[in-house]
Amino acid sequence: MSKFHVTTQVNGDEVEFLCDPRETLLDCLRDKLNLTGAKEGCGTGDCGACSVSVDGRLVCSCLMLGVEAEGKTIETVEGLADGEVLHPLQQKFIERAALQCGICTPGILVAAKALLEKNPDPTEEETRYWLAGNLCRCTGYDKIIRAVMETAAEMREAS
Amino acid sequence: MALDDRKSQFTFVGTSPDRPDGLDKVTGRAKYGADAYAPGMLHGAILRSPHAHARIVKIDTSKAEAHKDVKAVVTRADFAKVPFKPGLEGEFWNVLENVMAGDKALYDGHAVAAVAATSALSARDALKLIDVEYEVLPHVTDVDKAMAPDAPVIREGAADYSVPEGMHPNVVRYHESGHGDVEAGFAEADLVIEDRFVTEATHQGYIEPHACLASLGNDGKGELWCTTQGHWIAQKTCAALLGIETAQLRVSASEIGGGFGGKTTVFIEPVALALSRKANRPVKIVMTRSEVFRATGPTSSASMDVKIGMKKDGTISAAQGVFRLQGGAFPGAPGDLTAMCAFAPYNLTNVKQTGYDVMSNRPKQAAYRAPGAPMAAFAVESVIDEMCNELGLDPVEVRLKNAAHEGTKASFGPRYERIGLVETLEAAKAHPHYSAPLKPGQGRGISCGFWFNHGGETSVSLALSEDGSAQLMVGTPDIGGSRASMALMAAEVLGIPYENIRVTIADTATLGYNDVSHGSRVTYASGLATIKAAHHAVEKLCERAAAKWGIPVDAVKWENGCAVPSGSNAGDFDPMPLADITADMGSTGGPISGHFEATPEGAGVSFGTHIVDAEVDPETGKTSITRYTVIQDAGKAIHPSYVEGQFQGGAAQGIGWALNEEYVYGEDGRLQNSIFLDYRVPVASDLPMIDTVIVEVPNPGHPFGVRGVGETGIVPPLAAIANAVSNAAGVRMRQLPMSPPRILAALKGNG
Amino acid sequence: MDYHSPANFAEASALASKATGITRFLAGGTDVLVQLRSELVTPDTLIDIKKIDGVRDITRNADGSWTLGVAVTGAEMSEHPDLGNDWPGLVEAMDLIGSTQVQGRATLTGNLCNGSPAADSVPAMIAAGATVTVTGPKGDREVAVEDIPTGPGKTALTKGEVVSAVNIPSRGESGGDAYLRFIPRTEMDIAVVGVGVNLRLEGDEITEARVSLGAVAPTVLLVEDCANAIIGTSLDGEALEALAAGATAACNPIDDKRGTIEFRTEVAGVLAKRAAKIAYARAKGEQA
Repeated sequence: MSKFHVTTQVNGDEVEFLCDPRETLLDCLRDKLNLTGAKEGCGTGDCGACSVSVDGRLVCSCLMLGVEAEGKTIETVEGLADGEVLHPLQQKFIERAALQCGICTPGILVAAKALLEKNPDPTEEETRYWLAGNLCRCTGYDKIIRAVMETAAEMREAS
Repeated sequence: MALDDRKSQFTFVGTSPDRPDGLDKVTGRAKYGADAYAPGMLHGAILRSPHAHARIVKIDTSKAEAHKDVKAVVTRADFAKVPFKPGLEGEFWNVLENVMAGDKALYDGHAVAAVAATSALSARDALKLIDVEYEVLPHVTDVDKAMAPDAPVIREGAADYSVPEGMHPNVVRYHESGHGDVEAGFAEADLVIEDRFVTEATHQGYIEPHACLASLGNDGKGELWCTTQGHWIAQKTCAALLGIETAQLRVSASEIGGGFGGKTTVFIEPVALALSRKANRPVKIVMTRSEVFRATGPTSSASMDVKIGMKKDGTISAAQGVFRLQGGAFPGAPGDLTAMCAFAPYNLTNVKQTGYDVMSNRPKQAAYRAPGAPMAAFAVESVIDEMCNELGLDPVEVRLKNAAHEGTKASFGPRYERIGLVETLEAAKAHPHYSAPLKPGQGRGISCGFWFNHGGETSVSLALSEDGSAQLMVGTPDIGGSRASMALMAAEVLGIPYENIRVTIADTATLGYNDVSHGSRVTYASGLATIKAAHHAVEKLCERAAAKWGIPVDAVKWENGCAVPSGSNAGDFDPMPLADITADMGSTGGPISGHFEATPEGAGVSFGTHIVDAEVDPETGKTSITRYTVIQDAGKAIHPSYVEGQFQGGAAQGIGWALNEEYVYGEDGRLQNSIFLDYRVPVASDLPMIDTVIVEVPNPGHPFGVRGVGETGIVPPLAAIANAVSNAAGVRMRQLPMSPPRILAALKGNG
Repeated sequence: MDYHSPANFAEASALASKATGITRFLAGGTDVLVQLRSELVTPDTLIDIKKIDGVRDITRNADGSWTLGVAVTGAEMSEHPDLGNDWPGLVEAMDLIGSTQVQGRATLTGNLCNGSPAADSVPAMIAAGATVTVTGPKGDREVAVEDIPTGPGKTALTKGEVVSAVNIPSRGESGGDAYLRFIPRTEMDIAVVGVGVNLRLEGDEITEARVSLGAVAPTVLLVEDCANAIIGTSLDGEALEALAAGATAACNPIDDKRGTIEFRTEVAGVLAKRAAKIAYARAKGEQA
């Protein structure tokens, strides 16, 4: 079984890795690039903890092969902040206690950022349905939904 | 314990500052169980039984051992000889048997062998090269069937002394308690209702699968990194299972991605250590989601009979319950706790409860938030709701009429100290939710819930730095923001800013023993220990100040972060801030630290009342939860935002349990739904906002009045939702989950 | 496992023809990767068709019909400015599959070729009268969507054949479609029952109809009795009851972890009525 050489861009950096074709993008991010922010909660696309953006599209990195990353532009939670300045969603999640154990947080932040880029003024229902693929077992979602909507409102005011 | 440091006015406590680990967790740099790496690390994988019950005739690992990437293969023979004892006495044996099967595979998913290889893929490939010869045996997974005379015996001799003669060997523990004369009480009643209730097993569903990184040499010294609610219990258990000395195994707790009781024991850790010892290299094991469902600890399933007698005015004259809990292939199902919690909210003259711990061919149950209590509340609070409906009484008024209060003899024996049940019910009555109009098709339910809460062995150490900052080492893994609470309590005592305190979850080598983060004990017990440790440091600070001023130490007191003379007689000195004392502590007597080690006993029981509105589609049986309010006594909310978070999370998990979550076993005894696609936890679009009311009736057993809040929140939801759904659908639902097929069948009268 | 990313469908077909063992085509991968990860199906040969020109295109043809590339994702269908105006039921059916994340990858073709009787987009495609172009060793053929699934996990595609395009008819005048499914939660579940309805009106009267049921039999069904129950009616109460009866009668479901026989049978009728009402309103040009 030969391995594939993959060149791709992650959080603005050009990176390379060798992967078995059975390895997922999530495996490659975590084990080959040491980007362990994306988590494997299920491996079946049901929990969203591995959410990343590929060519601007929100995906589960457990549902994409590493070999498919060739030539793509990938963003992970590690690329969310701008230098030492946190993304407004990151800041708001801390302020509003929108995380408890925090394992789902990277995926939810990546997904919520994708939502606000597409829809800067989401309703509660739109926010809940957009994030339906991101399981959180600790919070009951209440504070997460509030944090996302509050961030959206502040980002609208700021722009 | 003398509580001379009781406080009711606070500076830091009761505020909701940013959590200290917030930045790490929003940037992805926080290290959870699977995020660790060690030089030379191998990857482990575990072969699991496809059978619910089978004798292991032979395991041939030779082909796997010959695989070029495989460095070690282990089976049961690679573990220490731990003696078998009945019941929970032999808990080390039970854990060993669970983490690696001996003579028999006892459930679908039971570990039978494991490999370590140079990559995760190779490890998985190598598992396919292990040949196991099984002799399949008859199995049983249902609690009532497991108690029946013809049920297959999971293991002879597992029952302990408590079990009455003549019971099936699968009944391994028995509990009976109560007081008064229930038969006389039923005779006094105007209405007696007796019903049977059934609940299916659910899983805690933490999003982080179990993961560990282990290193052990043949010198008996080891290192273990794992996601756990308690690394000292992991240390103690792994050492026993591997036959090494406890102190020689250093265990570090990773950041933990949820536990809810499910990470209070070990599963993969001893296996990784055994592989590591054999390969002489570090070994990492990460469970798949399917392994989590099949082979960790879900809840018990239960079958329950509850009988209550009530007078026309709502007074409960007698209450009786029988609670049968299936706990998988090992003793431990909380039949006793279920029974003891069942009627705990009420002041009863006549009460009797019986609990059974029953084994079956399922994975060994583990704790899940107030283990056993939600099922009991489902049965009891449903019957009370039926009685209110039948007698035309208000469900909150009836509960208020019967509510336990300070001095009540609890259904399980002791008299309550100051408790807050009545306050939660009064708050429910006053809440706008309770009087809000319902739309057609909607129903409202309420329920009370009780949990004991727990103290447990606790060690805390606090050290001051020269610049006046403080580092606090606690031993209870932080699942939901407890580092923030600890820092708040330490700040309150020391009088220095919250931000100046760094809280670390210490490893087993750097702090004394700590029980698991369970029993809602962290904010209570580690919090109490933090306060005591901070006071210990303050005593020393006062001593140093007294020496500097040349006055007796009892003439110095601590106020707002400064040593001050205790009165005008003591002398006229300016307040001496903490940082002024620590600045030269090296030359005034050495480092200043505070410690506390004890087993606090005053956890303070906890009560909550939930109000829920549900809407049922009469054509499909689908339920939506349209409004939810949690009211719970927190004693004193240290960090109110995270207290609300605990309330909301408990309610959400309860909604899942009530409506859709269940373990589905096939005729073959295999788990049918071992992925999140079919084990249906609530998603964001399933839930409404969850309103919270924090009631604060101080716990007399904690300096700041804290009661644990982690578990009680999952006790009322099953019943509250069942009551709401039953009232909406017009038909009483007595089986969980209330999935659409069950509701539709009930609506059509053939349920 | 060998991985290939051919540049055209002929090459893809040739690779599949030559391959031994288990072959899978990789479009969105949302089923293939799950099966791979769970070791349910570990292909010996995996052929990624996403590097073929045009597979991401959504094209409206001159006659008003649509051609969709096999790698067009659910998200791309939902975002298309016109497709959803013509075929809202089909676009909604696709959109119901999985999460936002899954929508970023999942495709109609993958949903079809996975062969699940519970595939959400398939009843909607069948109701719409969609076909797929199949490229094989002997060239191309066009196959009705309802003829592709032959049983759970099985399709009519033969060795070396690969779906190379999805063809959706012209919407035409006074037509409407709808798809509804039942799931226990609000999102993230597999359909317990799915119903696709597509119809055309003259005035108030239904002149053409196709009704398709998912998750109630080993394959997705095209139920003529249901169509006949509403053709010639203005979807009055009697027609709706006949439609429901037809749907119920067509069901041949199983009891499983997702639903019971009784439940699926009952709810198929309920959803058929609800979906038909939406399709009818859409055909009338009303918001639904």
